[in-house]
Amino acid sequence: MFKGVDFWPHNKRLPIMDVRKFFIAGSMIAVLLAIGIIATRGLNFGIDFKGGSLFEVRQTSGKIDVAQIRKTLGELGLGEIQIQALDLPGEALIRVETQKPAEGQNAEKAQQAVEGKVRSALGPDYEFRRTEIVGPAVSGELKEAGVIAVLFAIAGILVYIWFRFEWQFGVAAILALVHDIIITLGVFSLLRLDFGLSEVAALLTLAGYSINDTVVVFDRIRENLRRYKRMALPELMNLSINETLSRTVLTATTTFLAVLALYVFGTEVIKGFSFAMLFGILIGTWSSIFVASPFLLWIGVKRDWSGEGGSATGAAAKAKA
Amino acid sequence: MKILLIEDDTEAAKYLVQALDEAGHVTHHAADGETGMAMAESMDYDVMIIDRMLPRRDGLSIIESLRAQNDNTPVLILSALGEVDDRVAGLRSGGDDYLTKPYAFTELLARIEVLARRANPAEADKALSELKKLITPIGNAILGTSGNNYEVDAGASPGTFIVKPTEQAYRERLTNAVGAAVEVIRRRIDSLGNVEANIVRQGADRVLVQVPGFEDTKALKRLIGQTASLSFHEVHPTISAEEALATRVPYGYVIIREDEANRGSQLIKENEVVSGEDLVDAQPGFDQRTNEPIISFRFNQAGARKFGRFTQSHVGQPFAIVLDNGKDESGKRDIRVLSAPVIREPILGGSGQISGSFTVQTANELAVKIRSGALPTSLTIVEERTVGASLGEDSIEAGEWAAVVGTMAVAFFMLFAYGLFGIFSLIAVFLNLVLIVGVMSTLGSTLTLPGIAGLVLTVGMAVDANVLIYERIREELRNGKTSISAIESGFNRAFTTILDSNLTTLIAGLVMFWLGAGPVRGFAVTLSLGIFATVFTAFTVTRLLVSLWIARQKSRKIPAPL
Repeated sequence: MFKGVDFWPHNKRLPIMDVRKFFIAGSMIAVLLAIGIIATRGLNFGIDFKGGSLFEVRQTSGKIDVAQIRKTLGELGLGEIQIQALDLPGEALIRVETQKPAEGQNAEKAQQAVEGKVRSALGPDYEFRRTEIVGPAVSGELKEAGVIAVLFAIAGILVYIWFRFEWQFGVAAILALVHDIIITLGVFSLLRLDFGLSEVAALLTLAGYSINDTVVVFDRIRENLRRYKRMALPELMNLSINETLSRTVLTATTTFLAVLALYVFGTEVIKGFSFAMLFGILIGTWSSIFVASPFLLWIGVKRDWSGEGGSATGAAAKAKA
Repeated sequence: MKILLIEDDTEAAKYLVQALDEAGHVTHHAADGETGMAMAESMDYDVMIIDRMLPRRDGLSIIESLRAQNDNTPVLILSALGEVDDRVAGLRSGGDDYLTKPYAFTELLARIEVLARRANPAEADKALSELKKLITPIGNAILGTSGNNYEVDAGASPGTFIVKPTEQAYRERLTNAVGAAVEVIRRRIDSLGNVEANIVRQGADRVLVQVPGFEDTKALKRLIGQTASLSFHEVHPTISAEEALATRVPYGYVIIREDEANRGSQLIKENEVVSGEDLVDAQPGFDQRTNEPIISFRFNQAGARKFGRFTQSHVGQPFAIVLDNGKDESGKRDIRVLSAPVIREPILGGSGQISGSFTVQTANELAVKIRSGALPTSLTIVEERTVGASLGEDSIEAGEWAAVVGTMAVAFFMLFAYGLFGIFSLIAVFLNLVLIVGVMSTLGSTLTLPGIAGLVLTVGMAVDANVLIYERIREELRNGKTSISAIESGFNRAFTTILDSNLTTLIAGLVMFWLGAGPVRGFAVTLSLGIFATVFTAFTVTRLLVSLWIARQKSRKIPAPL
């Protein structure tokens, strides 16, 4: 029988906790850099959050002249228009900003008028493959909802981890999670990638997923706390991380492979989403291994886990990093 | 009474001045905003009638300036803008009453009389108690009431009153209107036949309409957004619209333009003979002689009786079929005469047909709109997302490729890393996908690109559960346990970890569902279903397959499986 190849060097121990300061410092710098980038460059919000119209068009001859389109549409006086040629032959993405309504006109109806104008200006040689029009009311709400959703997801996960472990674990896991989210946002800001509703969905999925690996490590820390009552905390954490390292890396690998296929084959709509996921899986695995446990050590954990769930009166010796 | 009329439509103004004159009032007319303002400032009037959209100065700004100058002359706003928002804006600006065009002159007269009376302080108390009779509780006896419909108070200056709908009344009417709109839209889209649409209310004042496979968005928007009601009117027996325009419009009549193709307008009686509410059916068809597209309609009993009586007494005279399309994009009311046939004989059967230069498509759309009833409120499209058929196919194809390649990659990896047990986990993942797709089709969700993305992600995450179990088994084996006990503790120990990690993802999935605009919601659904299926299959299917494998072993000593 073929048992599979256990290629993981299980007997090697990485001294992760010994050099934790470097990892924490590196991560902190990355987070600060990300915050700096977001603060200065901002996020390149898509029409979901900014409002406006988006058209994916295809010139039926298969050749597209972006400059020509820009000229034609520029004459319509629709304000700022972005035109971006796509990888597919003859295809381009046209973005039109939110229209200011004319005197006495309904703001939502002003947006609706854009499609007709663009269609008639481009003429019959262009096929409209995708149209998205988001009015000012909806985009404002979505922006709010997006922020609330991310905060809710973080809060929900915090409560769950707290309930399953101890508050220290919950806080450490959330710190690692916030670290992942901020760095991912920083990359989006740096590369000027479109940030829309599906990217928020990716962030939420990422929040749920990147915590998985952290939970695996924390589970093992808890188990080892019961088993090795006298082992020094850094050593115990290092042992736990190493014992679960193969799991952390292999689970990330399988998911990474699946999402990579989405990124490679996916169309425009799914690319942003899968990019956020791909990057998020990498950074989430990094933080599970190198960041979450040092955070936990820094916050401190209860040593005595002999009574299941731990009693409040137990000798909860808190180790300080 | 001394009345100031500020109205830029000179035809309408001429008619109104004359009618007010006949009713015994003195009316001054100003044709634009600036002149009107100057007249209002220089003279005392009992009542002012002000149009909203005026050249040189907007009606509402006139009222605001007058009120700022402490001029409390009662003002009746007369406007074609009749939405709730418009009326509220009018009243907020300082108007005392609001009448939407077209209006009946008798009502206008009654209203300005009320305005004049209210301005008289002696009558104020009486008016207040009369107004308070408007207040009725909302809700019903069983569910209890949640408050009153109106609040009535005396206003700041004598003779003014504040009647405002309460928050609850506003909410209730909104709820009812949206509910009714959902029904109307459903009937309209259903009548297209062969189209599967998903129509749900969203939030307080939104309706979400999803129509897969229907390309003509323009027609769809027309179908959803427009109101249309038919009514049947008497045409003035002697005076034509042209004559009325040249002289004056007789009391109780209005001029309505005719459908483009026919040109010319009709002078019709404002109060209808039969209204659209009495129509029970409208179907598109073809005229048997001319082969022109037509719409045949049928009245209910009450409508048939009214129409029968009318046609009996008006043989030889024309009547007008009027189509009110509500307001178009620029806010102008679109109302027109579809046709004005002469009654040759009494129509007693309660049915008839309209031929009015339709195309097959317009006849069809109009029949649908008439049949489905008028929308309770006008709808504005706030968000629109369309995927063309070719892109839809491309992206589904791309999604399928991603699914196939992603699954293959994961399969190879699992096979390489865990051999036979890797195959077990792949069987589990396959059943997992079958479960998700099964549940999705039971729920009636459509598979979209985000849905496929959710599936692909599920494949990647579902094997994670198996990786956790197998790695644990390997660890137990390394620690010197026998195969059986290593397998046993592998499954047991990994269980809580798997539960924890999947539940956190489920939290994210649920939040995403709540965030849920269309595509994100589709993703959230597959992701959340995937989590349930993953936990289920990891602990039933994989475990079963592993037990079967153990049972098949010939020797009592089970070889290390991993």
